[in-house]
Amino acid sequence: MSIDELVQGVLNQKRRYLARLISLIEDEDIQAMEALSQLYKHTGKGHIIGVTGPPGSGKSSLVTKLTAEFRKRSKTIGIICVDPSSPFTGGALLGDRIRMQEHSLDDEVYVRSMGTRGHLGGLARATSDAVRAVDAFGKDIIFVETVGTGQSEVEVVDVAHTVIVTDVPGSGDDIQAIKAGIMEIADIFVVNKSDLAGADKKVTEINAMLDIDPKEQAWRPPVLLTNARTGEGIPELVDNILAHLEHLKGSGLLQKKGLQRSRDELQELMKYKLTKELSQKLQGKPEYEKAIKMIAKRKQDPYTVAEQLIAEFLFSETR
Amino acid sequence: MSSSKKIRVLVAKPGLDGHDRGVKIVARALRDAGMEVIYTGLRQTPEMVVRAALDEGVHCIGLSILSGAHNALFPKIMELLKAEGVSDILVVGGGIIPEDDIPDLKKAGISEIFGPGTPLDVIVEYIKTNVKL
Repeated sequence: MSIDELVQGVLNQKRRYLARLISLIEDEDIQAMEALSQLYKHTGKGHIIGVTGPPGSGKSSLVTKLTAEFRKRSKTIGIICVDPSSPFTGGALLGDRIRMQEHSLDDEVYVRSMGTRGHLGGLARATSDAVRAVDAFGKDIIFVETVGTGQSEVEVVDVAHTVIVTDVPGSGDDIQAIKAGIMEIADIFVVNKSDLAGADKKVTEINAMLDIDPKEQAWRPPVLLTNARTGEGIPELVDNILAHLEHLKGSGLLQKKGLQRSRDELQELMKYKLTKELSQKLQGKPEYEKAIKMIAKRKQDPYTVAEQLIAEFLFSETR
Repeated sequence: MSSSKKIRVLVAKPGLDGHDRGVKIVARALRDAGMEVIYTGLRQTPEMVVRAALDEGVHCIGLSILSGAHNALFPKIMELLKAEGVSDILVVGGGIIPEDDIPDLKKAGISEIFGPGTPLDVIVEYIKTNVKL
């Protein structure tokens, strides 16, 4: 399959080409970057919704029910769900599709599972590019479901326009609610499993946390109760998601975030390229190996050696 | 360049069959062998299996069935794959499948059938050797 075929296939909404492109992205194949650079101008249209929260808090079920509600409103859907890869074997069991069976034959829903492949932060390295591929394909709404997160996996905030943080009743006291990290990234809080005891208390605790925020906020994250099994609270959640997008557009935050994202991405890519180039140049060089030994023996220090190697290999040779 | 290339496998239980202990053990073994295993749960139609396999970009489909409907469902899945123009996905099966049925299933395009008692290493090795990455 040539790059042009791949690009045309994605633009013509052929699912197999999208699947192929995402595989190439995951495998860090050079063709993926070439295809993405051609597709870039066709992206930026989809509303990207991040869903994050602890394992078993109902993220997949919530995404399934949200998908059903958005489908009722005639939106097309892409879903990228991330599950952890084993740090020992690199293998992964990707089980998020199990909850999504009701959409499995809907032509307007594309679901892709992804292992983290060693990446921390709640997403895979390939996730943001995969989202971009689905965006170019033309899906209106793109869900990014993170791995079950703890307190500090907040990377989804760099990918999504709207971040939903899910929690369940009975998960820790009000001090948990004022800790830094995941509680800070929510645009919308969802307390799922609303039928369990303590659901209202959880809502109160999160609201109390929001009350003591000293910053004047143009958007106060709503705290919503849902039951992803029965679908209770889902239409309200969709209304709030759409209201958040309107807020982003109306306040100029959407452009501002877009600019920041482009800056971050460009920096990230340059860093990646430079690092790769440097390690290729250093690969197998005797002075590199020697320097490592000297550092280990405490004859030299890593701070100075790093500066020297960069000056010698990255700058002097390319000039 | 593609040093991070991983074998992706869909393990699926087609048809009306609630026995999933076997498939979970196989899924776990494939995971431990470094593969990315997508499990879609019980009661999948052939159409659902094929759709999931294509969307997920898998290299291999492992079908587990204990209900006796393999002669209907396995060939149907192969038919659908062919209709989609897919020939590079390795399809293997397992479960309770009588010896006499195996030749016809292989003729339909199932590469190998693993019966009860097959050592997990045998399945892992077979997939590693025969998938087209």
